[in-house]
Amino acid sequence: MARYLLRRLGLTLITLILVSFAVFAAAEVLPGDVGRTILGPYASQQQVDQLNHQLGTDETLVRRYVTWAGNFVRGDWGESPIQRVEVRPLVLDRLKNSLILGAFALVLIVPFSIALGVFAALHYGKALDRIISISGLSFVALPEFVVGVVVIVVFAVQLGWFPTTSQVPSADPVDIVRQCLLPCIPLMFVLFGYISRMARAGTMQALRSNYTRTAVLKGLPQRYVIVRHVLRNALLPTITVVSVQVGYLVGGLVVVEKLFNYPGIGLLILNAALGHDLPVLEASVLMIALIYTVSNLVADVLAALLNPRVRLAT
Amino acid sequence: MSTTERRQAVRIESLTVAYRRRGRLLRVLDDVSFSIGAGEAYGLVGESGCGKTTVAMSLMRYLPENAVVESGRVMFGEDDVLTASESTLRTWRGERMAMVYQDPGTALNPSIRVGEQIAEVYRFHKGMGKAEAIAAAMQMLTTVQISAPERIVRRYPHELSGGQQQRIMFAMSLATDPDLLVLDEPTTGLDATVEAEVLDLVEQLRTQFDASILFVSHNLGIVARMCERVGVLYAGRLIEEGPAAELFHEPRHPYTLGLLRCMPRMGMRKDADRLDPIPGSLPPIGAEIAGCVYADRCPIARDRCRAEPPPIVPVGEGHGARCFYHEEVPAIPPLTRPPDDAPAAVAGDGLLLKVDDLVKAYGSGGNQVTAVAGVDVEVGRGEVLGLVGESGSGKTSLAKCLVGLLDPSGGSIEFDSVDVTSGRRNREARRKLQMVFQNPDNALNPSHSVRTILRRSLELLAGVRGKDRQDEEMNDLARSVRLEPRHLDVRPSALSGGLKQRVAIARSFAGSPSLILCDEPTSALDVSVQAAILNLLVDLQRREGVSYVFISHDLAVVRYVADRIAVMYLGQIVDVGPADAVFEPPHHPYTEALLSAIPTLDPDAKVRMKLHGTLPSPSDPPSGCRFHTRCPRFLGDVCVNEEPPWQSTADGERYRCHIEPGELARLQADQEAPEHPTAP
Amino acid sequence: MSALDEPGLAADTADAGVDVRRVRRQRRAELISAALHSKTFVVGMAIVVFWLFSALTWRWVVTNPQAVDPGATLASPSADHWFGTDNLGRDVFARVIAGAAPVLTIAPLATLLGLFGGITVGLVTGYYRGWTDDVFSRVVDALLAFPLIIMAVLVLASLGRSPRNVILVIGIIFTPLIARTVRSAVLVEREGEYVAAARLRGERGPRIMVVEILPNITAPILVEGTIRLGYAIFAASTLAFLGLGIQDPSPDWGLAIANGQAYLQVAWWMVVFPAAALATLVVGVNLIADGLRRAIEE
Repeated sequence: MARYLLRRLGLTLITLILVSFAVFAAAEVLPGDVGRTILGPYASQQQVDQLNHQLGTDETLVRRYVTWAGNFVRGDWGESPIQRVEVRPLVLDRLKNSLILGAFALVLIVPFSIALGVFAALHYGKALDRIISISGLSFVALPEFVVGVVVIVVFAVQLGWFPTTSQVPSADPVDIVRQCLLPCIPLMFVLFGYISRMARAGTMQALRSNYTRTAVLKGLPQRYVIVRHVLRNALLPTITVVSVQVGYLVGGLVVVEKLFNYPGIGLLILNAALGHDLPVLEASVLMIALIYTVSNLVADVLAALLNPRVRLAT
Repeated sequence: MSTTERRQAVRIESLTVAYRRRGRLLRVLDDVSFSIGAGEAYGLVGESGCGKTTVAMSLMRYLPENAVVESGRVMFGEDDVLTASESTLRTWRGERMAMVYQDPGTALNPSIRVGEQIAEVYRFHKGMGKAEAIAAAMQMLTTVQISAPERIVRRYPHELSGGQQQRIMFAMSLATDPDLLVLDEPTTGLDATVEAEVLDLVEQLRTQFDASILFVSHNLGIVARMCERVGVLYAGRLIEEGPAAELFHEPRHPYTLGLLRCMPRMGMRKDADRLDPIPGSLPPIGAEIAGCVYADRCPIARDRCRAEPPPIVPVGEGHGARCFYHEEVPAIPPLTRPPDDAPAAVAGDGLLLKVDDLVKAYGSGGNQVTAVAGVDVEVGRGEVLGLVGESGSGKTSLAKCLVGLLDPSGGSIEFDSVDVTSGRRNREARRKLQMVFQNPDNALNPSHSVRTILRRSLELLAGVRGKDRQDEEMNDLARSVRLEPRHLDVRPSALSGGLKQRVAIARSFAGSPSLILCDEPTSALDVSVQAAILNLLVDLQRREGVSYVFISHDLAVVRYVADRIAVMYLGQIVDVGPADAVFEPPHHPYTEALLSAIPTLDPDAKVRMKLHGTLPSPSDPPSGCRFHTRCPRFLGDVCVNEEPPWQSTADGERYRCHIEPGELARLQADQEAPEHPTAP
Repeated sequence: MSALDEPGLAADTADAGVDVRRVRRQRRAELISAALHSKTFVVGMAIVVFWLFSALTWRWVVTNPQAVDPGATLASPSADHWFGTDNLGRDVFARVIAGAAPVLTIAPLATLLGLFGGITVGLVTGYYRGWTDDVFSRVVDALLAFPLIIMAVLVLASLGRSPRNVILVIGIIFTPLIARTVRSAVLVEREGEYVAAARLRGERGPRIMVVEILPNITAPILVEGTIRLGYAIFAASTLAFLGLGIQDPSPDWGLAIANGQAYLQVAWWMVVFPAAALATLVVGVNLIADGLRRAIEE
């Protein structure tokens, strides 16, 4: 187990380093002339060069990467040349806002999706199974902005129950629902599709396994067979699926935050990318990658802890 | 005990079951009826796809979702299992009827401790509390001869060996002392020595419990040994039924007779006896057959057989056969002529393959597994070397190194006086050294036609260019393995297993090889097909003068085809010599154990020699003699500390053991084989 | 799976005595009929064919989607304008029908690019294993850590926004994802004895990959390709919505929804109809993928 942990931790680290390099490369290599982009086509070449020197973009890529990564690890994330603010508080604040939204969606939809997925598997081939499977299959395909505009038109414009744009909610539960529910619906559609399908597949596999046959042929009560023998083995893979969805969630947040004009990290990334605000862009994307890899790590370790085959391996 | 007077525990009445597939109903069982007496063991034999498992599962009423019971009853005492309510069924399962099946590794729940899995039976059927149930489970583990039950109960299934897992399954099934125990191929997939142990256990448990047993198996030898009465299934129909001894000695259905004749029996040799295959192949599942299901393959079939299905005709005390002409069955002559007297191709003398201290290790550091640990072996021209060993013995790794699919980690391979140790070989070496694989379904590319497969081999191995010449050569090649031209233009999926294996054999002969490695070439085939393939291999070998390295776990098959035999244990050859010599004492104690593990149809086989413990991991082999942890002839410290020397016998056999040939011969002449001296 | 306990049923049951050609033809027919028997497949196919037809023939079917009717801006649905008009007075119905064209050009091309790259990378890493495979696994892990949209945002913001770049970005992001599926299929196949047999007769690696292995993994590739096509539509329209993809005055649905967002309070028809069109298309593609998967698994 210790070896497994160590190995897993090492892999996570390698992945993160690769990610940081990719983020840096995508942000800094591709735009060509940063100074020109910022100052626009009418600035003189001298002004552009001066800005480039100021920003350090005329140094070699490797040196710039090392400087940037070093500073990042030390907590110095730099200053946004466009918004003229410190990057770290900005990114962390927006990240917090997004986490509220993401957590809200996950808390609502994960138990529901798993329950329905398991339910569908237990009623395999019946009408309810078909309904759950087909709606999951369809929901997962719907782009967030499609669902988003429809819920805005229906619930905000026509019915007037919710605002058309969302702010960061206060601690008041009513306010949380009022601000978060609409933007979360598109995310929940997609999450429901993924998670319920995995839960269904996992349960079906466990139901058809030989060990379930053994349990049934031992004459154990059906409820007991399902709870004790089926679900534990069935839901193990679902843990990993949920953690992978964290990555998806952030992508979805970009769209939803733009649609609802919600001040989260997705909107920050979008605007930073469009406005070539490199320090903000790099820091936010790296934070997202960090959250994603760490949540994957946690999920894998959790799955390993629940699985005696891995837990007991030396 | 007369079986007919016994109270019937289970009675199956004209059971007809079909599977729904793509909107069609495929009938897998047709009007099957038989009964099992109280305390009786009833064997159900048949080849794959004949419906054995469906019978077993019908007894437990655990059929797949797409199964349809068209008619019939499964009477358990006075109650019909097929119409019982769900709750009644639940009480019966586990309490009155229990089941053990193939592949114990998947039959146990991987995330629950085995003790708890056994205890569940006590908790739900006997109303015991948790602690009490665990204690009962431990008691039961002692009954199934598991040592240190207090440790085993806390284990997860993956921490146990296959044999131990199967013992757990037996403990679970017998926990409630059921009236009926269904055993569905309980030893298939286990190694020969483990299989023997499990069968011993079943025999022993039968003296302690009085459950009726339905024993489903494809292995006639096992059924003959374990059961009092036997039913033979063919294409979903029970074609013969009777007392085991009588049925196997005086079969009255042509299929039963064919089945018995096509198996190579111990002591049969390719130069003296020819195997008697059953022509044709099994009808496809669900095929609608008007008359007798066996008519197409039957040597005595007439028009009547094809027109109307024969009823079960009583032919003796409790013995019936579904054949109009059962009286003629004992007189059916063997199909095949005696072995070819045509002069064998002159193979020439001398050494063809010389393997020197071959080592193959996988992984690195602490995880290193040495699958082949220093093997020296030689194959002469025109010679068949049989290679025997259980799983983990390294025989497959050795084979892959020989043909160049793996690079050895050490040692050398010399083939036809050329060094071919590395996997990179030139065309000449590839042409002369080919392989026939175990699984014909997988050995032929499913997306290529037979013609493409053979053409490519002719082109690359024999260097035959040009379509006309290739077609010509291909026809010759096909004829030599008795494939018909119509078989050439189809894809492998349209061919039966036997035909696929013929294609694979043709492919390996494309470049006129001098050595062919046959890796379990018949183990995936039904017995009725196996004989034809073995005959073909033997004929080809004679005619072409090639050598074989023939790997098999079936000792009777190896004995039949091999001139010399090498026995492997944990990556080393422990016994090698002329086939007869290896099979006769004195031989290595491991060979002795393997031989005594074979279930035979012979009623007066001698007492089995038991191996102690489980196969050690090849990553951490035992010191001294690798076999010392399980050896029934264990001497003491010398075996633990010193590597055994090679001993040579008078008949040209060499084995690795501390016991000298004279002494070993004396020990092995005794009927009684000892247990491992340190066994508890 | 239907033949749960009867190994013989799962195994090949065809017999040499049966006319083998008929068996083969029958199998292919069975696969097609299994797909056609699946309602999801048929419904999905109908939807997708409808939009494909629209994408190809809108020029001759509807009025010019760019035609401006200044007298009728933001007009609600009526007999003249079935789906109403937008802020410039353009007919929403004509734009919805014509809007199938851009997305059904970009998404399939991106998918093809991803398939080409993914199959190549998947075959090579799966067959040769070794260090290429290790490097590949790490790169995929790293790539998965970026949500696809963020990756696309990063690259498009830098490279510039054009349909060509959208195709490139989606295709390149798909490459490792498809490669992963192909690789796992190759890993199974390469252990097959028929591959060992090919090596024994001296076939070279590239030929084994393309001639021996590839034909046997077309089924998972087909399913993966269909699923990816659905994602490509999803991604391309999302990028258009974010302003990073196709630009005005294209009738693209994602773009139309982005433009209509400002008029939500007064002209819901500007967003709801393109949204419905997009929803039916992506769901249709996913239904096809599901139908295919079921037909192959059976």
